[in-house]
Amino acid sequence: MNRNRFFHFLVHLVLITSIVIIAFPVFYAFIVSTQSFQDVFVYPPKFTPGTDTIQNYVAAWKTVKMGRLLFNSAFISVAVAVGKIALSLMAAFAFTYFGDFRGKGLFFVIILITHMLPLPIRIVPTFELMRNFHWVDTYYALTIPFFASATGVLLFRQLFLTVPGSLCDAARVDGITPMGFLMRILVPLSKTNISALFLIEFLYMWNQYLWPLVITNRDEMRVVQIGIKMLLAGQAQAADWNIIMAGTILAMLPPLIILFVMQSSLVKGFSMQEEK
Amino acid sequence: MQSRFPGRLLPYLLLSPSVVIVIVFLIIPSIQSLYYSFFRVSPFGDRLVYVAFDNFIKLLNPDYLNSFIVTLVFTGAIVVIGLAVCLALALVANQKVAGIGLYRTALIWPYALSPAVAGTIWALVFDPSTGAFSYFISLVSGTMPNWRTNGTFAVVVITLAAMWKMVGYNVIFFLAGLQTIPRELIEASEIDGAGALTRFLKITFPLLSPMTLFLLIMNTLYGFFQVFGLIDVMTEGGPARATEVLVYKLYYDGFISLKTGYASAQSIVLFVFVAGLTLLQFRFAKRWVFYQ
Repeated sequence: MNRNRFFHFLVHLVLITSIVIIAFPVFYAFIVSTQSFQDVFVYPPKFTPGTDTIQNYVAAWKTVKMGRLLFNSAFISVAVAVGKIALSLMAAFAFTYFGDFRGKGLFFVIILITHMLPLPIRIVPTFELMRNFHWVDTYYALTIPFFASATGVLLFRQLFLTVPGSLCDAARVDGITPMGFLMRILVPLSKTNISALFLIEFLYMWNQYLWPLVITNRDEMRVVQIGIKMLLAGQAQAADWNIIMAGTILAMLPPLIILFVMQSSLVKGFSMQEEK
Repeated sequence: MQSRFPGRLLPYLLLSPSVVIVIVFLIIPSIQSLYYSFFRVSPFGDRLVYVAFDNFIKLLNPDYLNSFIVTLVFTGAIVVIGLAVCLALALVANQKVAGIGLYRTALIWPYALSPAVAGTIWALVFDPSTGAFSYFISLVSGTMPNWRTNGTFAVVVITLAAMWKMVGYNVIFFLAGLQTIPRELIEASEIDGAGALTRFLKITFPLLSPMTLFLLIMNTLYGFFQVFGLIDVMTEGGPARATEVLVYKLYYDGFISLKTGYASAQSIVLFVFVAGLTLLQFRFAKRWVFYQ
């Protein structure tokens, strides 16, 4: 009994220590975002909140059009997540609920191949393609090339394969159309996976850096990840860490909030994954 | 066997958006990369000179080899040290103690941070004159190496930042893997008197190996492809190319120096690498789905 207690104490101790170590950089970043320029440069560093919180956040907001950048990031992240989910639901439905139509295998391979072609491998020609489409500095360039998702197709296909065939038979007897079956039966059944995928794809898109850097030039079309770099690069010798950190905190808050809100679906979505 | 809908046209309609996007934005540009890798392209893309394998031969120069080694060291550290630490953390977080749900949440949130955010924050904590970590280190050791001028230390700081950002991701998946291990198996071995270490080596670790392989591949891809933002924010490849990983070099040659052909040859090297990893993934762990 005593040994067991000691073990539990040890588990708590290790977990708390790790959590503190992991959280420290973000905690410190937040503290700095509240300090004045003078506070930031005292030695030893101050670990207490300062008095310039509002000024810093206002300065960060104004220096790089933060409102617009946050809107752009949110817009493209939601658009890509929704687009990927819609297209993969449709594709997975085609693969599981229709006979062996011509080209089925080939199409499956084509969609799977996305895994082998991450952006850096095709970035130069894709950039040229965007220029030919006149899509530089547009939301089209920031979203459409990301719409296909092998992950989503595989996820929904696995799920659809576990749906009992009798459900489909019954629905057909009731005269339901294929699209009706997809929308009214399969989509509600996939709710947990849809939210898990939404979370994953939202974070994936929100955190994109290289493609937005290459494909946007105008300040109005930049995303918040590039905004951080613009804050950093605007500095001369001594960095205004307080203002940079205010911008960084603003950039990390939306995805963190979404993660906390949707966390349970993430875990459920993943554990459904492992059962098969 | 799935029950089926009749319909000849509908499956094609359903698949066409995905297939068109993959072909237009993924497959054709990739083939063009291969094509360009045999040409010298003028900066505005209006003239192409066939140079056979010259671009690939140029890959043997010291700058590219340096990028290759930096990438391998950096990714190797993320995979070996990062995964070991995260597995240990997940094993602890898999214990049944009070408040474990809260602990898990407090462990996985770095998953939501972007490489650029991680880079900025670590640039602050390691800032040579004001950073908190710089201060702690100088308290302990008396000196503080400056990662803005010291290449080796720059690699260390970048690696720490990159590993830190992956903690949440790795812990989520290790925990998911640990939860699939049947309780009875662990309990049976406890009755047989196996110690904790034996249990881990003989039961937990082997049963966790598909997940470990999955994470190994995902972390390798992360180290190769997703740290661009982190490096651009922190060092821009410096000091003196010490942190110029392959993707950074490709970006620099392709978009700053405008050497399209040379950058394309670099793309092909990366493609060979990803293709190898993907095949490994499909070969050994068919049941795991990729997550970006």
